[in-house]
Amino acid sequence: MSAHGAVIPPASPRERVKDRGFRGLIMVCTVAGIGMLGVLLYDVAADGFGELSWDFLTSFPSAFPDKAGIESPLMGTLWLMAVCAGFIVPVGVATAIYLEEYADRDRWWNRFIEVNIQNLAAVPSIVYGILGLAFLVRGPLELGRVVLAGGLTLGLLVLPVVIIASREAIRAVPPSIREGSMALGATQWQTIRKQVLPAAIPGIATGVILALSRAIGETAPLILVGAASFVAFNPESLDSAYTALPLQIFEWISRPQDEFKLLAAAGILVLLALLLSMNAVAIWLRNRYEQKW
Amino acid sequence: MTEPVNVAPAMTGHVPPESPPTETVFELKDVMVTYNGKPAVREISFDIYKERITALIGPSGCGKSTLIRCLNRMNDLIPGAEVSGTILYHGEDLYGSHVDPVQARKRIGMVFQKPNPFPKSIYDNIAFGPRVLGMKGDMDEIVEQALRRGALWDEVKDRLKSNAFGMSGGQQQRLCIARCLAIEPDVILMDEPCSALDPISTGRIEDLMLELRENYSIVIVTHNMQQAARVSDRTAFFTVEVDGDDDGRVGQMVEYDDTEKIFTTPSDSRTEAYVTGKVG
Repeated sequence: MSAHGAVIPPASPRERVKDRGFRGLIMVCTVAGIGMLGVLLYDVAADGFGELSWDFLTSFPSAFPDKAGIESPLMGTLWLMAVCAGFIVPVGVATAIYLEEYADRDRWWNRFIEVNIQNLAAVPSIVYGILGLAFLVRGPLELGRVVLAGGLTLGLLVLPVVIIASREAIRAVPPSIREGSMALGATQWQTIRKQVLPAAIPGIATGVILALSRAIGETAPLILVGAASFVAFNPESLDSAYTALPLQIFEWISRPQDEFKLLAAAGILVLLALLLSMNAVAIWLRNRYEQKW
Repeated sequence: MTEPVNVAPAMTGHVPPESPPTETVFELKDVMVTYNGKPAVREISFDIYKERITALIGPSGCGKSTLIRCLNRMNDLIPGAEVSGTILYHGEDLYGSHVDPVQARKRIGMVFQKPNPFPKSIYDNIAFGPRVLGMKGDMDEIVEQALRRGALWDEVKDRLKSNAFGMSGGQQQRLCIARCLAIEPDVILMDEPCSALDPISTGRIEDLMLELRENYSIVIVTHNMQQAARVSDRTAFFTVEVDGDDDGRVGQMVEYDDTEKIFTTPSDSRTEAYVTGKVG
């Protein structure tokens, strides 16, 4: 037996200090990010929690802070999400199927579409607002300032997200599954419909929910396509006027009275609750149905 | 000393079929497959007989898998793959302009190298083929029949509704064979079906192949020479030639004969070197 340090030399103190120091630094960075978020959440919750009540959820906006509630913006947001989902699910999934299963990558137009979808995902939302205003609200479609136009504008905004997520989910289905299906005499469409899509649905659903949770917080495009900021009725159909949670929050914050700032904080809490529960469903879906190949 | 090794009967007890082969299932004439213009195999001509097991052996890259995929037109799914020459299936041109590859695949089943069960229940794995083909009859019965013929029924009859991914690798591969039997094909193509399996599972699949020979024509690609010797009736030996023009490597068939002859008294020295293990 030999003395300590004879076979394996001890670490130099310098190295050890550097090691600890770096570890400490990255921990500080992590805590700073999470901590800021925590402070923000605490601030909002401290202001808004007291305002939350059933009455708050079931009253219309009002010029009197103690009577004002959030029912019509909440309903407006739900309508917008329904329209948006109704648009992005079929169009996004169909596009993803085309690009993954049918498109010949040797053709320039397919590569062109692909590159543009990547680019569209990075276009600022205000640009989609202008597009919605020009083409949906006015322009060729002339829908007016209605739920349908708002939902479609948000849909266009998040469509690239859905396409990209759906493509990834479809690509994750191994080629051996397609081969196995085709070798049994199934057509390409039967293979897609009965093997590829069912296996890809959890991933697609997760992508759709995450896309919707991005759409739900969007404010800028809705201002452009004409969501009103004071609406004292719920949307009843696709051609109703509407408002949405983020717009209502924005409107309350810009008022001078302090009471409305508290209402805004409560509105933020409602919006956050919606958003977090959507994300929770997405995470649950992913964990529950994820296929290990 | 180059004494031929006598592997075939001693290793296996493989019993050759009683009557000599009569009917052909496939007739290949001067078949060449190219990928994006580069030939992968060429000048392949031989006949595959009905209700026989035909083994395709040879070193990696000799085009065995490429060739077997021509027989049910799976190569159609690979962009850039092109088949020339003639492949007759029961006398009919498999690549004729009127032939729908989807229809051809209903008659010519395929089992792949890696077991590829669908992420569904055992029952649904089997029922998928008959359902998409719109086969008539009691589905429970079709499923049971296929599993029995695939020598899997006794092991899985109590858990038909459980996911196929929970089965062992060998069971998964027999499920894939049973799935293929469910659509009542005429030929079963097997592309290295045992390369991912342990020896016991391999043995069961080989036994199954010998049973299936009664009613089906089987073509098997294998890396395992002993396997070819144990199960097959006819063996085709392929090799890779370096192409003079542009250093491309092209697969070619060297010899095709009764399995016993290939493994005992092959007529080509390259075959002999391969089956005796002198070259890999």
